[in-house]
Amino acid sequence: MRKRTLFSVAVLAGLAICSRAGAYDATAPSYATVSQDRLDKPEPQNWLMPRGTYNGWGYSPLDQINAKNVKRLIPVWSLSTGVTDAHQAAPIVNNGIMFVSTPQNRIIAVDARTGDTIWRYERHLPPDMQQLHPTNRGVALYGDKVYMATMDACVVALTATTGKVAWQHCVAKWRDGYYMTLAPLAADGKILVGVSGGELGIRGFIDALDAETGKEDWKFYTVAGPGEPGGDTWKGDSWKTGGVPIWMQGNYDPATRTVYFGTGNGGPWMPDTRPGDNLFATSAIALDVETGKLKGYHQYHWNDAWDWDEVSAPLLIDVNRNGRAVHELVHAGRDGYLWQLQRDPSGKIGFISGQPFVHQDVFKSIDPKTGRPTYDEAKVPGTNKKALFCPSLWGGKDWPMEAYSPKTKLLYVPANDNLCAEIAGEKLGPREPGSLYVGVPIDDIFSSLRPRPGVDTSKPMKIGQLQAWDLSTGKKVWSHDFLDSAMWAPILATAGDLVFSGGTNDRMFRAFDASNGKLEWETRLNSGVEGTPSTFMVNGVQYIAVLSGYGVDAERQNNGLKKMLAPRLDHQVVPNDGTIHVFALMGPKTETASR
Amino acid sequence: MDEERCAGCCAGRPGDGVNRRTLLLGAGIAALAGSAAHADDGDDPNAVAPPKADDLLIQATGGDAGKPIGVDAFTTPNTLIQAWAKDPKTGVVRNLSRLNRILLVKIDPAGMDDATRARSVNGVVAYSDFCVHAGCWIETYHAQENVIICHCHSSLYDPRHGAEVTGGPAKGPLAALSLKLVDGHFVAAAPFVGHLGIIT
Repeated sequence: MRKRTLFSVAVLAGLAICSRAGAYDATAPSYATVSQDRLDKPEPQNWLMPRGTYNGWGYSPLDQINAKNVKRLIPVWSLSTGVTDAHQAAPIVNNGIMFVSTPQNRIIAVDARTGDTIWRYERHLPPDMQQLHPTNRGVALYGDKVYMATMDACVVALTATTGKVAWQHCVAKWRDGYYMTLAPLAADGKILVGVSGGELGIRGFIDALDAETGKEDWKFYTVAGPGEPGGDTWKGDSWKTGGVPIWMQGNYDPATRTVYFGTGNGGPWMPDTRPGDNLFATSAIALDVETGKLKGYHQYHWNDAWDWDEVSAPLLIDVNRNGRAVHELVHAGRDGYLWQLQRDPSGKIGFISGQPFVHQDVFKSIDPKTGRPTYDEAKVPGTNKKALFCPSLWGGKDWPMEAYSPKTKLLYVPANDNLCAEIAGEKLGPREPGSLYVGVPIDDIFSSLRPRPGVDTSKPMKIGQLQAWDLSTGKKVWSHDFLDSAMWAPILATAGDLVFSGGTNDRMFRAFDASNGKLEWETRLNSGVEGTPSTFMVNGVQYIAVLSGYGVDAERQNNGLKKMLAPRLDHQVVPNDGTIHVFALMGPKTETASR
Repeated sequence: MDEERCAGCCAGRPGDGVNRRTLLLGAGIAALAGSAAHADDGDDPNAVAPPKADDLLIQATGGDAGKPIGVDAFTTPNTLIQAWAKDPKTGVVRNLSRLNRILLVKIDPAGMDDATRARSVNGVVAYSDFCVHAGCWIETYHAQENVIICHCHSSLYDPRHGAEVTGGPAKGPLAALSLKLVDGHFVAAAPFVGHLGIIT
């Protein structure tokens, strides 16, 4: 199929903006410009980026809602997004104005107190485009603009007060299989994005765009090319279709001006199609924010065979080790290992430890100095070679982000245990731009789920887990198990000694005691909750916000579970409709504030 | 849409009426823009245009890609053939829009509803291969369960009844294509009927 020009993409791009400019309530909050200083140290009442802060903690110092009073948490307002599918974004809040992005690349600006819509932006995506992952993981704020990465591989910048398009820039051609689901990272005058399309034969990259103009400042290819550092880890032309997508926003260290990203797996899936380590696949990478130059990396596992994208960026945490604060990067991997790495001021990344946090039967050992695993070859699928391995394709933890509380000093992990997968590769034909280029029949992929050998599936089965880890000791402190359901949602931790999350197939949104994992509060929403929870304060009232809206891989895996556990889940229906939910404590203060 | 026009449609509550009108206008913009984009790109409009009556159906994938599809192509009960339409006059293959891809499956005519039977020939029915949920191409047919499956997000369609949705997130049936046989090969008897593209 012929490729279209970027021009056609730009013309097709959404122009339908509906703004309430002129009609908006005069008492509504005014917009506060988002400076670099504010991003470096966000005010506790605001939630300016998907994880709240650059270190990726997903932690808020707000404590009005706490373990003692959370049972009084009630819905304050909700708003249908008008869209179905996986709503995975965090509600971003700046000075009482909330920005929510949804599947189909829509943005809704809302008065965070009342749920009144301020404006909506609706992007018109190319009508014949494939959306393998119809989701969007959030917006970025910088200056007076709101930024979204789109399914047709563009970045659109909107004026925050009106929703009018300020600029847009397409970073690749969607007809070639490129698309974007991540939240942009705004840092030092740049908007950083990365591309998806690892199942479509792309060559992944990260782009930094000028926040004011959209002009490209630099590009870093996540698949090292010939002559580049790491280029010798790809053979022949395999680098041209090597995948290594960037699914998630990066984290940032302003002190060293270093951005950290997690990278996806190599493509096609079967490792014999791309022999070598395949740098910088399934890695944590450190880039200079100014130049895009690679400062350091750590590859969690080499020559991936299991679709174990290591998509979420590592968290920047100082861990107390024998009285000394060690600057670490922490990542609960899709490969089922909890990785603790050393973050050097130069950007170099060292290995500290790796240990399984769910059942993992692929790694035979880990090199104590480098962290490089050795594999059980019987667990490595290949072209015409079937293998059963654990965890499953969706891993011990997929994209949903961990959280860290500096108060409890615990890392909270949305994990999935006791699931495995069985796949074999098939001979690949020539790549057709924009078509699947996986090397495993799609029918086989979505029927690959298996229980861990020896697990009795005739009884309710432990799968999803919310785990809490002490990083200083490397010990699991507590775990909350979910039966017959995986766990597919990021975690929010707060100074109120709470952790919030959804992610299960019963549509629950829950709050746990951060210290011991006791379930303190739960409510059942209209749809499955994959959204990234956030919290904010307006007029002295703390709110908790989260999106419901079920789909993509949570739904795919749940379909596999339904087959695997049949007929136990036959009756189960998880609707897909998207809604913004906002909660606060019951009481006169909340009633006054939301009027 | 400029802000002034939008400000009018936003009068009153910022709710549903606004969005319906916005969507309608936006859809118009998108359609016009789409036409313009093809011309600017220099694409052959015949290759972008949807299948027309008398188009020859040819294999879209695999070792037989480009070959006409005959009645003997359905080698197993579960065979699902992905096809493009080829303009018999110009020889242009209409493969420059992903919306144009067609799927063919063979089913027992006894189970078909009347409308489906009227569009079929020799038990073979044809539908859009573009899943209305998220635009993935559909690759799987399970004859025993009478279901066409889009594994991308598990939308299920019943080929006996106009590809109506029987499961998963899709919100409407696949567009249907009437077939006829010419010289032993499948040919479109009419353009698609039904909605082509994603239904949000």
